[in-house]
Amino acid sequence: MTKRYACRYAALVSMSSSSTVSGRLAASGLAEVASSEASLRRFLHGLPGIDAVGLQARAAGLGTRSIKTTAKAYAIDLAISMIDLTTLEGADTPGKVRSLCQKAKNPDPGNPDVPHTAAVCVYPDMVPVAKEALGGAPINVAAVATAFPSGRAGLPVKLADTAEAVAAGADEVDMVIDRGAFLAGRYLEIYELIAEIKKACERPDGTTAHLKVIFETGELVTYDNIRRASWLAMLAGADFIKTSTGKVTVNATPANTLVLMEAVRDFRSATGIQVGVKPAGGIRTTKDAMKYLVMVNEILGDDWLSPDWFRFGASSLLNDLLMQRQKLASGRYSGPDYVTVD
Amino acid sequence: MALFDYAPAPESRAAAGDIASTYGHFIDGEFVESTGSEALKTVDPSTEEVLAEFAQGTEADVDRAVAAARKAFTSWSALPGAERGKYLFRIARIIQERSRELAVLESIDNGKPIKETRDVDLPLVAAHFFYYAGWADKLEFAGYGANPRPVGVAAQVIPWNFPLLMLAWKIAPALATGNTVVLKPAETTPLTALRFAEICRQAGLPKGVVNIITGDGRTGAALTAHPEIDKVAFTGSTEVGRAIARTLAGTTKRLSLELGGKAANIVFDDAPVDQAVEGIVDGIFFNQGHVCCAGSRLLVQESIHDDVMDALKRRMSTLRVGDPLDKNTDVGAINSAAQLARIQELTAAGEAEGAERWSPSCELPSAGYWFAPTVFSNVSATHRIAREEIFGPVLSVLTFRTPEEAVAKANNTPYGLSAGIWTEKGSRILWMASKLRAGVVWSNTFNKFDPTSPFGGYKESGYGREGGRHGLEAYLDV
Repeated sequence: MTKRYACRYAALVSMSSSSTVSGRLAASGLAEVASSEASLRRFLHGLPGIDAVGLQARAAGLGTRSIKTTAKAYAIDLAISMIDLTTLEGADTPGKVRSLCQKAKNPDPGNPDVPHTAAVCVYPDMVPVAKEALGGAPINVAAVATAFPSGRAGLPVKLADTAEAVAAGADEVDMVIDRGAFLAGRYLEIYELIAEIKKACERPDGTTAHLKVIFETGELVTYDNIRRASWLAMLAGADFIKTSTGKVTVNATPANTLVLMEAVRDFRSATGIQVGVKPAGGIRTTKDAMKYLVMVNEILGDDWLSPDWFRFGASSLLNDLLMQRQKLASGRYSGPDYVTVD
Repeated sequence: MALFDYAPAPESRAAAGDIASTYGHFIDGEFVESTGSEALKTVDPSTEEVLAEFAQGTEADVDRAVAAARKAFTSWSALPGAERGKYLFRIARIIQERSRELAVLESIDNGKPIKETRDVDLPLVAAHFFYYAGWADKLEFAGYGANPRPVGVAAQVIPWNFPLLMLAWKIAPALATGNTVVLKPAETTPLTALRFAEICRQAGLPKGVVNIITGDGRTGAALTAHPEIDKVAFTGSTEVGRAIARTLAGTTKRLSLELGGKAANIVFDDAPVDQAVEGIVDGIFFNQGHVCCAGSRLLVQESIHDDVMDALKRRMSTLRVGDPLDKNTDVGAINSAAQLARIQELTAAGEAEGAERWSPSCELPSAGYWFAPTVFSNVSATHRIAREEIFGPVLSVLTFRTPEEAVAKANNTPYGLSAGIWTEKGSRILWMASKLRAGVVWSNTFNKFDPTSPFGGYKESGYGREGGRHGLEAYLDV
């Protein structure tokens, strides 16, 4: 959809070219979008609007898909493998984080064939604990950074926060945008923040931590804002875009996640660059997770149906998935005493 | 094969309840055999399996039904409105309680997906009875005088696309206002109307208030021409509507007609495009396009034509066509062989006239009546597919340059049932709505129905309104 929009827009701005990500942006005419506040605003405000009623109806419609038997078994295991198992509390201790890491490695002690989760997600100071506890397991450590969850700090603090996490071995960084700046219309400031944090994600060996950009959709409120934030983050180099922190009243919903999905779909179609999606907060049941996976399947398709491109930011979801998995395998619902409390 | 392949999720056929091998009529509160011997068959259009035989109503059958309705009218119309309302509320509640059974039966007999009968048809059927039940004791406040009187005996002939919903649209306002009815369901979908007759008995509705008589167009012609009826309400083709109007010309009988359509769904360059694409899909592929108000002509602003077509084709590729009873089916079976033939004939004409045809690759079942969702681009106003009602899952795409041109093209049809406008600009919605010659104008949505909202057409789409306060007028002597 936005491919031709991007091309038309490109006529307004100058072009450059290379073979990297910025080269692809240039090839699609988007490299210079962020050359000025005015240009960035013009681009973001030129994106097609979203009709809230229609969007919610579409999300609700996909939520009525009936996922049974083999499809359910596939989706449960896929969902488990996509979880960023999360603890983000003031009360987090090394013991709590170690326990979470064991759960991530071996979610259901009675069933070794259960896949491990994609990552554990912790505050930066807990990254060393998590790295150690996970050992060589193929599970990433994600750290929230940039003055999570409010993002209310100066750039040096945010950069230091990120640097600490990366230095401690974080594989992924979940940053928050400055919602105040967004709502005040200072888009370029956010673009530059994301770009700076992206640089801070680089390691001395030349590799980089994956950057997830959190919008806090519950504070951006309108779907138009969420679409603009999605494009803003992708233009600035986000590897993943993520709905929310889990710390406000409204977190991930099928409708706001659908906006993110449409954005990554359109962004790839315009630039060739694929970006991941992570709904976070409020996804607690297998039924909820199925609805999101149906959306991935029908909006984005096979290319996004993997932990590399779609994640759930969740904690209690895992146990519900395990209970449903046991029920599907045995025909009986065993209850919460048959999954571990961590 | 896709990574995430949905396993079959079939609704139970048994939930439809017992389907008898043969049915007669429902006259004067009893199931009775026809006076004639001719029987018709109704089939499951998704398998071509015969579901049941039912009577071809004769003139004598029609006489009996009309006589029963006439007899019942005296006491039914004399009941206090609150009493009539009680029966209607009771019917509405029973419909809710038996909604799964009715939804499955409707899907089997009609071919439409269970997702739609379950989530659209049945909730609307119950809502319609609830809504008009509420009016029954408030008619003096409806704006038709202090003590509005019923018309008398209403002959009602309904189509096969929404069998039970069209029954509700006809029967609920008629009964609320104190009329009695003889209703004829379509010959391809009689089963839910006959099941509704059981519900009338279950609700204890007085005998003769509702009579249901089955058969094809001959029965319909006998019913609408009957001298003892006071009103005809017909939903169906413009051709049959004309014939009925001719029959009734010169009599004192009232007539309301809800006929065909060739609605324009108009997408401006500032539309919420993702939702517009959903609206286009809902507009033409909902109920296999067997919808009189379907958005069968897409008018898209030329500057975004290619974008919209790309998005539409991508979306159409995810439509799931198949077993109507599978809960994940989006598009079900075409209702009858005759309708399939008409769709095939018109789409062939579209190709022959030079329009560009596209369908997503989808495997259609070998038995039954099926037609893949289809879109025609490069359609011009002279093509048959731009002018004639196809009544199937076939969309014709035309372009426009300015709002004035959009209005001119949208109105350039003998029909005028519905239209859709997609733009984020509120002032344009209001301007367009005032210019479009269509009974229903949807803005940034399509195919939304509600019992409180009047529905009906301009021009050859008919006259009279159903639904809402306006829908009372068709059944009141005002």
